[in-house]
Amino acid sequence: MLDVIDLDAYYGLSHILFGVCLRAARGEVVALLGRNGAGKSTTLKAIMGLVPPAAGRVIFRGEDITGKPPHVICRKGIGFVPEDRRIFPDLTVWENLEVGRSVEGNGERRWTAERAFELFPALKELARRRSDSLSGGEQQMLAIARTLMGNPDLLLLDEPSEGLAPLVVRTMAEHILRLKQAGITILLSEQNLHFATRVSDRAYILEKGRIQYEGGMAELSANAEVRRRYLMV
Amino acid sequence: MALFIVQLLTGLANAMFLFLVASGLSLIFGVTRIVNFAHGSFYMLAAYLASSLAAALPLGPASFYAAVVLAPLGVALLGGLIEVCLLRRIYRAPELYQVLLTFAVVLVIGDAVKFFWGTENRTGPSPPGLSGSVPILGQLFPTYDLAILLLGPLLALGLWWVLHRTRWGILIRAATSDREMVGALGVNQAWLFTGVFVLGTWLAGLAGALQMPRVALTTVMDSTVIVETFVVVVIGGMGSAFGALLGAVLIGVLQAFGILWLPREFQLAIIFILMAAVLILRPWGLLGRPETESGTAGEALRREVGGRLRPPRWVWAGILLALMVLPSLLPTFYVWVLVEILAFALFAGSLQLLVGTGGMLSFGHAAYFGLGAYGAALLMKQAALPMPVAFLLAPLVAAAAALFFGAFCVRLSGVYFAMLTLAFAQIAFAVVHQWYDFTGGDNGILGVWPAASLAAPVRYYYLALLAAVCGLSALWRVTGSPFGYTLRAARDHPRRCQAVGVNVRSHRLLAFGVAGFFAGLGGAVFAFAKGSVFPDYLSMPMSVQSLVMVLLGGIHALAGAPVGAAVYKLLDIVITKYTGYWQAVLGGILVFLVVAFPHGLVGFVQARWARMRASLG
Ligand SMILES: Nc1ncnc2c1ncn2[C@@H]1O[C@H](COP(=O)(O)OP(=O)(O)O)[C@@H](O)[C@H]1O
Ligand SMILES: [Mg+2]
Repeated sequence: MLDVIDLDAYYGLSHILFGVCLRAARGEVVALLGRNGAGKSTTLKAIMGLVPPAAGRVIFRGEDITGKPPHVICRKGIGFVPEDRRIFPDLTVWENLEVGRSVEGNGERRWTAERAFELFPALKELARRRSDSLSGGEQQMLAIARTLMGNPDLLLLDEPSEGLAPLVVRTMAEHILRLKQAGITILLSEQNLHFATRVSDRAYILEKGRIQYEGGMAELSANAEVRRRYLMV
Repeated sequence: MALFIVQLLTGLANAMFLFLVASGLSLIFGVTRIVNFAHGSFYMLAAYLASSLAAALPLGPASFYAAVVLAPLGVALLGGLIEVCLLRRIYRAPELYQVLLTFAVVLVIGDAVKFFWGTENRTGPSPPGLSGSVPILGQLFPTYDLAILLLGPLLALGLWWVLHRTRWGILIRAATSDREMVGALGVNQAWLFTGVFVLGTWLAGLAGALQMPRVALTTVMDSTVIVETFVVVVIGGMGSAFGALLGAVLIGVLQAFGILWLPREFQLAIIFILMAAVLILRPWGLLGRPETESGTAGEALRREVGGRLRPPRWVWAGILLALMVLPSLLPTFYVWVLVEILAFALFAGSLQLLVGTGGMLSFGHAAYFGLGAYGAALLMKQAALPMPVAFLLAPLVAAAAALFFGAFCVRLSGVYFAMLTLAFAQIAFAVVHQWYDFTGGDNGILGVWPAASLAAPVRYYYLALLAAVCGLSALWRVTGSPFGYTLRAARDHPRRCQAVGVNVRSHRLLAFGVAGFFAGLGGAVFAFAKGSVFPDYLSMPMSVQSLVMVLLGGIHALAGAPVGAAVYKLLDIVITKYTGYWQAVLGGILVFLVVAFPHGLVGFVQARWARMRASLG
């Protein structure tokens, strides 16, 4: 589904990513772990075209999408949910979903506002509310629902559990597993190892812009040495 | 009471026009982040176009209304073309480049209007069926204004409907708060930008076309309306269409009553005072939103390019020698040209410290140039000081004003900073323009001649040369000093500087004061060279001229300012010799520069030099 090969990225003159390689197969949930500042967000943004990759390639379903503008990448079937959610505060919940709605005529329209509300029933009652009045958990749900409206086959989730109350984190894990059941491939970045363990099949560990570890989620849980070295847990 | 009500209605009718123009500007700014100086030009163009169409269309009384519909459409089409061909190239460029490109459009449209319609004031046709007056409480009120009062709210409602009930409108509102995210959600921003630009231009055009029977059509309509529109948009909040409505009503009513109640000295200044107050207390306007991290863009080009071109000492000595010998070889006319160039070199050099080194885009630098000129003139004429003393004290007047205004400005950044500098410059301009007893108003002050011992052209030239050499080398020293490095660091990483304990504001304020001082010195040189001072030394076109000179030289090139000033002035002389349309040619040059040489002439040479040295090893 997704192949990232030797990706390098910069912010201005500072070199952030060094030869990042990762892949996600159809239907998988893959976690990208690492401490704060490791380069997780930058990796996701580089895949999405929000940070221009300086070297390397991003291959999606066999097609080279490196350096394409974000809206083109989105229309090819990659959805991005940013770390800080980036809800449009002046818009209502329903209007936020409308911005994400894909208007491409081709293919069946799998996601509608109704279906998004089925997945996140809490949003349904809030549909007409201005979205800046939403709680953190509701905003995270809205951000995911908004991205789903573009009918993505691959979802990039940047720290979906960040800043949520423990109980809400648990619901979020269930939501993600449900998206997986719906056939969506997911690449998520996380610092919350417990949360990542619940939802992911495989994991990569990123440190200082380099991939340091790759393996199944179960093996990582068993490997205390790696966890201590890279994740401080 | 009746007078009060009629005056209120007049104010509201004026507000409807301001609202149409301002909502367009605000929408364009909200989505594209471009401060579109050309917005007023579209308004003017539509007014002229509508008046010609109304006369030319063979539809009898209906031609008027057909013209009011068609002219805005034509102007909107032109706006779309300009967006696609020019603005698209510079969405990621720093604000200065965007502003100068839209200003180039102002110059070209301005000359186009003069070419097609002449410079005489014109009156539009009266609106068939609506040309009379109706009595309101015993006072006569124009029927057309009454119709405008009905149409305005309908248009506002229509705009609300588009923004809230159509997908396109929702996308516009979303892009206003976070355009990058809108792109990541699959929306092609390029077309959204074009669409908003066309809509905004259409609104300006509609206002111009509807205004046609109410006011005399003049070739300065563009600058009058753009300045008022900036005020409205800043007060209402940039990017908010309903802020524009609120701002327009405030300004329209304030102006209507200002005419009745305020002394003349304040009438022009009052709206800028209001604007400055809003910017100081609530920089994002009454209904706007504070700028968020993700909303700001365009930092990519702050980097300085190319190697520093450090010519050896003998080059400087040669240039200086040439400047010393030159005037005795030139006819007097060119000696005065050189003096002007030296004055502008100081003016542009001081602005470069702000814009290039400090990253502070000022739209109002002419205030300090003009205050230097007026300071010199007033110290000599009103305080009866000898000319040399007045000459030396004048820059202090400018520096004092710069420190005072700057103290408010440095609290803001980006476009808001630029707008506040514009507001203060307009206040200074309005005061100088209206305070007849002290400044002579728009008659200016005449007879500001150098002392007898300095009056010979060559002698005065040496004084100017001394001032320019001292001033520019002082400015270059400041740029190369630790203070200059801190300024640059604060420009590139304001937060990191704050975090390590650098007081960014006080550094910026000091830079503002220094820039004001040397602009004032340039103004003093200019005043005695011309023998007179006029309010337009402080005007917005003058401020833009200084930005053009800085851009011509290159904003990061130290030697850019004098080169920019010289090239600008020589172009002016050469081009005016061959054509009356100097502005249009200048506009074309600006477009070419921004698109082809974004780093200026000296910057271009520096980059070439660096590449050449690299390839030679
Ligand atoms: N907009 C930016 N400009 C400059 N540097 C940035 C920017 N965003 C992130 N960085 C830097 O890039 C590195 C990686 O950041 P990021 O990808 O956000 O890490 P993570 O998501 O793993 O916490 C950090 O050192 C951070 O300081
Ligand atoms: Mg992150």
